[in-house]
Amino acid sequence: MRRLLLVLCLGLLSCAALAVVEAYPFDSDAERRRYNALIDELRCPKCQNQNLAGSDAPIAKDLRAEVYRLIQEGKSDQEILTFMHSRYGDFVLYRPRLTLETVALWLGPLLLVLIGALVWWRLSRGVAKPRTGNDALSEAEQARLKAVLENRQDG
Amino acid sequence: MGRLKLFIPLLVFLLLAALFYAVETQVSEGEYDPKALPSALIGQPFPAFRLPALLGEREVDESLLKGKVSIVNVWATWCPTCLYEHPFLVDLAARNEVAVFGINYKDDTDKARQWLASKGNPFAVNIVDASGKLGLDLGVTGAPETFVVDSAGKVRMRYQGGLDEKIWQRRFVPLLEQIAAEGAL
Repeated sequence: MRRLLLVLCLGLLSCAALAVVEAYPFDSDAERRRYNALIDELRCPKCQNQNLAGSDAPIAKDLRAEVYRLIQEGKSDQEILTFMHSRYGDFVLYRPRLTLETVALWLGPLLLVLIGALVWWRLSRGVAKPRTGNDALSEAEQARLKAVLENRQDG
Repeated sequence: MGRLKLFIPLLVFLLLAALFYAVETQVSEGEYDPKALPSALIGQPFPAFRLPALLGEREVDESLLKGKVSIVNVWATWCPTCLYEHPFLVDLAARNEVAVFGINYKDDTDKARQWLASKGNPFAVNIVDASGKLGLDLGVTGAPETFVVDSAGKVRMRYQGGLDEKIWQRRFVPLLEQIAAEGAL
């Protein structure tokens, strides 16, 4: 029984491979690192919001093979990104180039931060504003407060 | 004024609700597809290729597409939506409005020939892209996809998804009329 429990517990430690990556033979570790960086950076055009490394769509497999082929041909990272960009457009890059069409992607967050900062500034200015007049209670108010408190104690 | 401020969240909610409703309506009418990607090839020449034709022992290249307005349909026998749009393509080819070409994309050529024999062949020529290389050059993400190529051999439009008469009338006919008008100038 204990042994069975142990086996079941060990089962919890196993983790499924998250990425479906073919094992390509590389000449050097540098090339392997470049390949991994590129398939991490390039987006799968079919299953949106997955990169090439994380997608098991047929097109992602083809594009991984293409990245591998281009690395083997001695193409630079920039050339490979341009190759993909000229076929699949801005979408294929997780960090799209700054153009008129992608400017909202790049500057939109900045705009939101600015709006947030503006709201925060307006709100904090309201809080920091010094109170006008005397904060202390007048004599009549003191008397009322006392009366209220005493009343409550009675009740 | 202070009281009006309380309604700001309600206004934001109503605005968002209106926006989502509008988008959802567009999606359900087929006007807008959130998954469709703009093609990087619009206005670019159709990629060069040299590939075998599905029927007949010959090779074809990109000059096939020059000199006439054509649509190029990327299809495969493994693609269910291709089965759906096939009768429309057969019908379209019979109308002789545009030249209809096919790219048999990453498919078993024997199955593809059987498919055309049993369901009718709308394609003037079928380009066999067994490796998917031409598809890659075209920025194809799956099947079916349909490209409009003008007489200069330039890609004018890419449509992702199955074709039917409604989509044809709404998405293709205006562009084809525009291309025809350019040619008449």
